[in-house]
Amino acid sequence: MGYLSLTDADREAMLAAIGVSSVAELFEQIPAGVRLGRELDVPPALSELELVSHLSELAGRNAHTGVELSFLGAGIYEHYVPAVVDVLLSRGEFLTAYTPYQPEMSQGVLQAIFEYQTVICELTGMDVSNASGYDGTTVAADACFVAKHTSERAKVVLAETLNPQVRQVVKTYARGFGLDVVEVGHRDGITDADELGAAAADAAAVIFQQPNFFGCLEPAVDLAAAASEAGAHSIAHVDLMTLGVLEAPGEYGCAMAIGEGQSAGCPPLYGGPHYGFFAARREFIRRMPGRIVGETVDADGRRAYVLTLQTREQHIRREKATSNITTNQTLLALAGLVTLSWLGPEGLREVGATCTALAQYARERVPLEPAFEAASFKEVAFRTPLPAREVVRRARELGVHPGYALGRDYEGMQDVLLVAVTEKRTPADIDRLADVLGEVCR
Amino acid sequence: MPAEESYPADLKYHPEHDWARVEGDEAVLGITWFAQDALGELVHFEAPEAGSNLAKDEAYGEVESVKAVSDVVSPLSGEVLEVNQKAVDEPETVNEDPYGDGWLVRIRMSDPSEVDGLMNVEAYRAHVAEQ
Amino acid sequence: MTEAGRAWPEAPLIFERSQPGRRAGRVPDYGLPPPELPSDLRRKRPPRLPEVSEPELVRHITALADRTFGVDTGFYPLGSCTMKHNPRVNERVARLPGFRDLHPLQEDEGAQGALELMWQLQEILSEIAGLPAVTLQPAAGSQGELTGLMLMRAYFADRDEARDTIITPDTAHGTNPASVTMAGYELEKVETDARGNLDLGNLRAKVNERTAGLMLTNPSTLGLFDEGIEEVAAIFHDAGALLYYDGANLNAVVGISRPGDMGFDIVHYNLHKTFSQPHGGGGPGGGPVAVRASIEPFLPAPRVVRDGDTYRLDFDVPKSIGRVRGFAGPFGVFVRSYAFMRAYGPALREMSEAAVLNANYVLAGLRDVYELPYDRHCMHEFVLSARSLKREHGVTALDVAKRLMDYGIHPPTVYFPLVVPEALMIEPTETEPKERLDAFVEAMRRIAEEAATSPEVLHEAPHGRPVRRLDEVRAAKQPVVRHDFGEQEIATAH
Repeated sequence: MGYLSLTDADREAMLAAIGVSSVAELFEQIPAGVRLGRELDVPPALSELELVSHLSELAGRNAHTGVELSFLGAGIYEHYVPAVVDVLLSRGEFLTAYTPYQPEMSQGVLQAIFEYQTVICELTGMDVSNASGYDGTTVAADACFVAKHTSERAKVVLAETLNPQVRQVVKTYARGFGLDVVEVGHRDGITDADELGAAAADAAAVIFQQPNFFGCLEPAVDLAAAASEAGAHSIAHVDLMTLGVLEAPGEYGCAMAIGEGQSAGCPPLYGGPHYGFFAARREFIRRMPGRIVGETVDADGRRAYVLTLQTREQHIRREKATSNITTNQTLLALAGLVTLSWLGPEGLREVGATCTALAQYARERVPLEPAFEAASFKEVAFRTPLPAREVVRRARELGVHPGYALGRDYEGMQDVLLVAVTEKRTPADIDRLADVLGEVCR
Repeated sequence: MPAEESYPADLKYHPEHDWARVEGDEAVLGITWFAQDALGELVHFEAPEAGSNLAKDEAYGEVESVKAVSDVVSPLSGEVLEVNQKAVDEPETVNEDPYGDGWLVRIRMSDPSEVDGLMNVEAYRAHVAEQ
Repeated sequence: MTEAGRAWPEAPLIFERSQPGRRAGRVPDYGLPPPELPSDLRRKRPPRLPEVSEPELVRHITALADRTFGVDTGFYPLGSCTMKHNPRVNERVARLPGFRDLHPLQEDEGAQGALELMWQLQEILSEIAGLPAVTLQPAAGSQGELTGLMLMRAYFADRDEARDTIITPDTAHGTNPASVTMAGYELEKVETDARGNLDLGNLRAKVNERTAGLMLTNPSTLGLFDEGIEEVAAIFHDAGALLYYDGANLNAVVGISRPGDMGFDIVHYNLHKTFSQPHGGGGPGGGPVAVRASIEPFLPAPRVVRDGDTYRLDFDVPKSIGRVRGFAGPFGVFVRSYAFMRAYGPALREMSEAAVLNANYVLAGLRDVYELPYDRHCMHEFVLSARSLKREHGVTALDVAKRLMDYGIHPPTVYFPLVVPEALMIEPTETEPKERLDAFVEAMRRIAEEAATSPEVLHEAPHGRPVRRLDEVRAAKQPVVRHDFGEQEIATAH
């Protein structure tokens, strides 16, 4: 086995130094009754060459976006990932290091996280960001935990236009937190501020999504105001790639801004690993979940970076910690930092402008009725004359995945298809989609 | 500059390393030299709000160093009249002067008879020696 | 002391390398007019992202990598974290377009290769744990823990049993008590006996009809296998309670002893420890959970299932605790760990044997110069105490850790577990050759000598890193957690 380094001679010398005659002797502390005593029943070993062949065969049975023109989005978006990201993710120093507990050994990764935190704060208009959470779902549960402990209220309100998986994860966690979860329905694809405000009356927090799961632009300014007036923390679930053109949640009074970072720097990869981001106003800093990197100086007065406010965390505060998170998504957060640095402010604005233009083009070109009036960002919901899942099935036979059938998550929306575009989809691609949808919906 | 070890004779002590200076029906509370020394340089005092009620033997706040956090336990029951803002703004004051400028809160006792249950300095010194 | 004397260049922030008007990436212009956005939703001030060209961006990243120490750089015996070599073929296969560019909402028939990989991974994990059902969904070990506790809650609720307490040992990782609280349970602690096993008397006194279960790492965080594990399991099962296995230390026993056979009902794995997902400077990880058949109905949805020759995601799990993460889990982690397991096959046992041999060899080389609080053979890691160095020379475990950096070695975990004063927790892993282990032993022995002869060298270590010891008090007292773009200077200047 090439991953191991000991020769027979090494083993002999090492056993002698330990003072035992065999490796088996070292395992004698395991009671005989719980030893396996047979070989593991797992598939036989493969050489590296065989391994690549085997995995290539498995990969080859997936309809990825290189072989199928896809308009799937619904929370995971295929934006362009620059080549320089692969350079970063392949650097062994980053790839094979762990959490920077020893700052003198880890200034590079600590500085990178500090820069990531700055980028997240800058895009969201917040004062403090953590070093990342698992994904866009779990950061919402984290935010509920923070809201509960800073408000002493035991209810959270979720807009129904918030990503269904995010809502599901919040509900799973809420039982342990002792939180009630209330959902507020939509009106023609967007959330009504008065309705949201009424539901928020005794709530710790309100979470809404901008742009929402249907691709529509929510009246985010009004939603945040309604939540705040009700005494609830307003939490915006946002997409980093939209924040070159959309207003930062901090600018319209949100207490926290969270989201799925995948669209900035990560390929879809069948669902992960990606990164969740979590940013908040300064007053929440001691309640934040997860790692936070801070700036300080070393013994010679040089600027340096270190994990800080660690007394929030599980390894010190244990059962009173703000979260149990340890391993987070640092490498993917660095992919986000590099992607956003590669784009810069002008590039990020261009991404937003191109996406909205393409969405508008799709709205005009696709021979189906848009399901909602509200303005779209990079996703448009269309009504289909037959069940949307059937449309998906038929379109895929013609080599196009036309989008997400919203009936998979929303009752009564069996005839709604959610079509996503990014800068990777050209007007010609959209023309093809329009033709295919025209054909299968005839 | 951290203070030298000392335990003033005019204070009453709680086994969780908290002290009380009784003044009429009021009392000033803080943590002992032993407690601040065990924690190291304090970086944060999570204070209760003025007007809140403390219960004897219950935590009313937290003090933190870089790598440790500890509940602050109230030796007496009562209502918080004042929080020492200097301890909030410059928590190292607690290390420098735990019985003076580094006091934490002033309370109005709800049951002054609780004072009789606290340790005097000799009892507390013996308690510290066992740690 | 490989790096003493090296001159480290300054490392400006990427924002300080920024020049207005400079850029790296461009976005295609399709000549389509963007629609006007509602004015109150439109961004007023452009975000201050870095404005850098690609060459400077690459140099910046490279400079940061240079200031970071990974397993690729050198020996990294960080106890409890299993810092083994990460095979590079795993990186290659995880980037295959059929995986990388596969959307997680693709129809099942368009994702058969991915689903089969996950199903096969579940099968292998199931065999390793000795438990029949697996979910891959949890994103990391701590989320696996929380999932396991939620499963306990659902299991007892389904049986109308009111149980509210979880027992953990005093040696537990901090994640255990934190997960207990997040799951809405009360925590009860049990002590460790003089041999490093759970104190059975103490345990019997604490387990009762309110007990939902035990969370145990075995081998423990002391690197010792609990010799009374069969008795421990009986105590909990006799009380109707469940046993949870924290898989942080599974690297010691793969193919040798299975948690299910030890009596555990729920197990999490750390794919980033045992099965070589690279740690990535702090993540990503993977925390699959395996359970006994009686707990399977409560697993998170969707499940990955096989019908004959095809595979699908099954969302119809009526008693499920729900979803704990997006989609079916961190798939890229699964690709790497599956590839790692397939490279070994049944020889995974040799992985654990080498890990245990390496740890015991290092222990044999150090036990006469550092205190060993529990005098037994260790498993894949062991915990020493620098207590005598502190008593005799005023040198702490932290000083030892910092001095190791001057020898080009990443320090072990320090000050954990809490039951050992001045703890140094050392885990060499199976991939290290004997020469690296010898060099580490030599460095640790020299440091023990230096503690007696020149303790100030240790107090002031490290000497050869880009920075010396940091002012952590300042970082915590006045937290600066983002670049201020010169705003503070401007504010004070006026």
